[in-house]
Amino acid sequence: MIALHDYDLSAEGYAVRLFLALLGLDYRLLPVEFYPAREHEGEEFRALSPMASLPVLVDGDLVLTEVAGILSYLAARHGGADWYPAGDAAQLGRIGDGLALSARLAATAGAVRLADGMMLPLDGAAARAEAKRLLRVIDERLWFGEAAGDDWLCPGPRPSIADIACFPHIVLAEEGDIPLIDYPAIRRWLDRVRRLPGFVVMPGVFGA
Amino acid sequence: MGFKMTETGGIDPDTWNRWHVVGCHDELPDDGARATRLLGRAITVERRGSGAEVRLTGGGALPVKVAYGYVWSSLGTPGPLFELPEHAEADRRNLNGCSFFVRTSPPRAIENFLDMAHFPFVHTGILGEEAHPDVKDYDVAISTDGREVVASNCHFYQPKAAAASTGGVDVTYRYRVPHPWCAILYKDSPAKPGRSDVIALFVQPCGEEEIVANLALFILDDDTPLPALRRFQQQIFVQDKPILENQMPRRLPLYPRADSPVRADKASIAYRRWLRQLGTSFGVLS
Ligand SMILES: [Fe+2]
Repeated sequence: MIALHDYDLSAEGYAVRLFLALLGLDYRLLPVEFYPAREHEGEEFRALSPMASLPVLVDGDLVLTEVAGILSYLAARHGGADWYPAGDAAQLGRIGDGLALSARLAATAGAVRLADGMMLPLDGAAARAEAKRLLRVIDERLWFGEAAGDDWLCPGPRPSIADIACFPHIVLAEEGDIPLIDYPAIRRWLDRVRRLPGFVVMPGVFGA
Repeated sequence: MGFKMTETGGIDPDTWNRWHVVGCHDELPDDGARATRLLGRAITVERRGSGAEVRLTGGGALPVKVAYGYVWSSLGTPGPLFELPEHAEADRRNLNGCSFFVRTSPPRAIENFLDMAHFPFVHTGILGEEAHPDVKDYDVAISTDGREVVASNCHFYQPKAAAASTGGVDVTYRYRVPHPWCAILYKDSPAKPGRSDVIALFVQPCGEEEIVANLALFILDDDTPLPALRRFQQQIFVQDKPILENQMPRRLPLYPRADSPVRADKASIAYRRWLRQLGTSFGVLS
């Protein structure tokens, strides 16, 4: 069975838990205390995840330590054509772009959310300003997408793992004092993700 | 008597002269001071063995007390801190469940802690469930000496009342509010029938709309590992955080019929009346 080493309040961890739920996959959750114990920085956890990154997915001999790798693996292994458009090079490229965008969100909106609530050191003003710039770009992309009949971050009739990877950081942005009121297309997109069959919440996220 | 609000930067005398929590003693850094805020002032908190030192940043030392696992300080001349005798009971485990920074006023956090009506909708499947939304009638009073608000005989159905719970139970609650920004909950212990787990919310007033919420546990549970106890509290508190941060205005309205609670929440009405009696103006709209 898949094992997931994870912290309940991790947005990256939530992306993986959400995708596992959407795929209907069972897994074993192994809690890691990020705050306040910083268990992810301990020797035992670094043996598994040398960069001390959370979550970590273990499936047999395979150990994956970054959300982009984990979602890509799960999509290719269990997602079928719906989640892994194997023959569509352009779409795979766009999904890769979207996963990189989620890493930018993690470094800004995600970092300021954690630093704020858990009182960790960070230049919050700079992180917020960059997060808002990213959200503006995403809001415009979604707005133009909607006008063209597309509901998701990458064009096409179905959501992709880019949506799943970006969703947690955006839906939780207000915890880092980044209001979403100014991004109407983003708010409609958040509601579409919430209505996906199998959607699950995490503490701080509410359902449709 | 003769107290001038100008000497306190406009802070009311009750708030100025109280002890306020400024950190969990165990979680202070091993080396150096931690910077934080108290009533809008920058302060530093440093561990000194089993004691602590608290200073205004770039200024003098402030009164300090270590009690119930936390460091307390004051900008004025504090009297005694409220009693919490359960802290000293030998068979209890005392720990900091979690500390989170929240953008809300201190009294909003206390009101949320006292409010059982939100359990089914915010803590669904843990502290309540939507099929059992009703808060049964309970008793509430300001103590005769005026020093605390007490709510008792609160009954509520909870699917998972504590980390050690194995199923849903009808839980009996009792609350004490012995400090404007500290509330203590006594709740049936799943491990030891007839006794109560004690869960306290100690709010650090960083500013009028900025707090650190500390959940302190004094519980009768020898078995659940520490990380699992903290995990249970964190999960619950993080469900409250967005609710608190979205409450507008962030300061608690104290003027007559403010917020006009649709459901007459007796504990909240008594709490607000008590704050008016104390003359609390910090973090409220009057
Ligand atoms: Fe709550």
